[in-house]
Amino acid sequence: MGIIDKARKKSPWIIHYDCTSCNGCDIETLACLTPLYDVERFGIINVGNPKHADVLVVTGSVNKRNVRVLKNLYNQMPDPKAVVAVGACACTGGIFSDCYNVYGGVNKVLPVDVYVPGCCPRPEAIIDGIVQAMDKLEGKARNMKHAASGKQPEAALQASTGNNNDGANT
Amino acid sequence: MTDVIKDIILVVAAIIVAPIIGGILNGLDRKISARMQNRYGPPILQPFYDVLKLFGKERIAVNQTQMVYVLGYLFFAVASLGMLVLKQDLLMIMFVLAFSNISLVMGAMSVRSPYSKIGAQREIIQMMAYEPVLLLMVVGVFMSTNSFMIKSVFDLDKPLLYSLPLIFIAFIYVLTIKLRKSPFDFSTSHHGHQELIKGLTTEFSGPQLAIIEMTHWYDLVLLLGLITLFFAKPIWVGILIALVCYFLEMVIDNISARVTWKWMLKYTWIIGIGLALTNIIWLYLKNRA
Ligand code: SF4
Repeated sequence: MGIIDKARKKSPWIIHYDCTSCNGCDIETLACLTPLYDVERFGIINVGNPKHADVLVVTGSVNKRNVRVLKNLYNQMPDPKAVVAVGACACTGGIFSDCYNVYGGVNKVLPVDVYVPGCCPRPEAIIDGIVQAMDKLEGKARNMKHAASGKQPEAALQASTGNNNDGANT
Repeated sequence: MTDVIKDIILVVAAIIVAPIIGGILNGLDRKISARMQNRYGPPILQPFYDVLKLFGKERIAVNQTQMVYVLGYLFFAVASLGMLVLKQDLLMIMFVLAFSNISLVMGAMSVRSPYSKIGAQREIIQMMAYEPVLLLMVVGVFMSTNSFMIKSVFDLDKPLLYSLPLIFIAFIYVLTIKLRKSPFDFSTSHHGHQELIKGLTTEFSGPQLAIIEMTHWYDLVLLLGLITLFFAKPIWVGILIALVCYFLEMVIDNISARVTWKWMLKYTWIIGIGLALTNIIWLYLKNRA
């Protein structure tokens, strides 16, 4: 394992996107930043900028309006990147899944790496999910190196977006 | 001939050691800031993890010239640090430093993101605020040593502070702006802003952002080096004072909220230029007497 791989695990920068959340999950996600949970001790920073982020943290279910924004954010993130679905809504659509405008969970449009269940999940579970996502990034970085020899970055981006997931449950 | 080789070794050593010192200082800054906010805080080596990680990320360039500006930012910052360790012309250092900053501003201006552009404009306003104070500082140094060369500061028998106390205060004031710390962190900062995302650095990603981070470390070491000049003899006192000043910056960073750019411009010009000019007039009268 190279020095960059080691560093990658210690510095997950996140971008948090609120799809159709009821705000419960968002409050818990932001609670991670407070002195009580202090995610910065793991090097986690909420950068709020997709171009700097490694992990996309999504709360709430995907609907017809925000799917475009969600995909756009994901495409702007440089590889290797991971997606963490926080809360029942982001995992499956949750309580909103029967709504006429809701597609369902985040995995309908993006390859989700880690599912954090709960309505809403505790901050500890969210932090745990992000740390698990970092382990997944390691494998992705390796794939990226292989892909770099052949594919165009643009093509690789398309491929990874279309791909579906093999996410693990936390 | 041996002098030249010695100089080259000195510069190479500075280029290698400066980012290590800068990174550790940055890590300490984050740790101490976290403790001040009653948090546990990241490990002290966290800045190095961040930069190494960024080097391992995919390269996404928004346009072809962006990388040139980033490298210019790094190159000129390193050049001015090299000139400092060789005890060269202080005036020149200030100009090369300004050049480095301009490179970053141009890089941020070269993209289409409005966040980046606002950040760049604010950076220009910041430069407008602090450059006059820096130039007056150089004038003050010239008046007390009769030379622009840093070497002559070391030849003085009394520390520079005795003749430039007010300019020193003005410089500390300006340091907060140069380090982009609160209350003057409006062009970019370590944490994302509500209205500006990451300002200047919004459109830089991966290795480019890593280079910008490293340049910040060079900048930090250079600025602390300039503080050291005020207490050049003995040098360890200077270094100690520089570290105390850096701690002071952290305290100010944590106890103050961001101000508006108008406020900054007004007060930097009134307080900064006022203090520096008073000092220079006093020196002038003293030299005449
Ligand atoms: S999972 Fe529960 S708390 Fe979270 S957004 Fe859905 S309904 Fe709200």
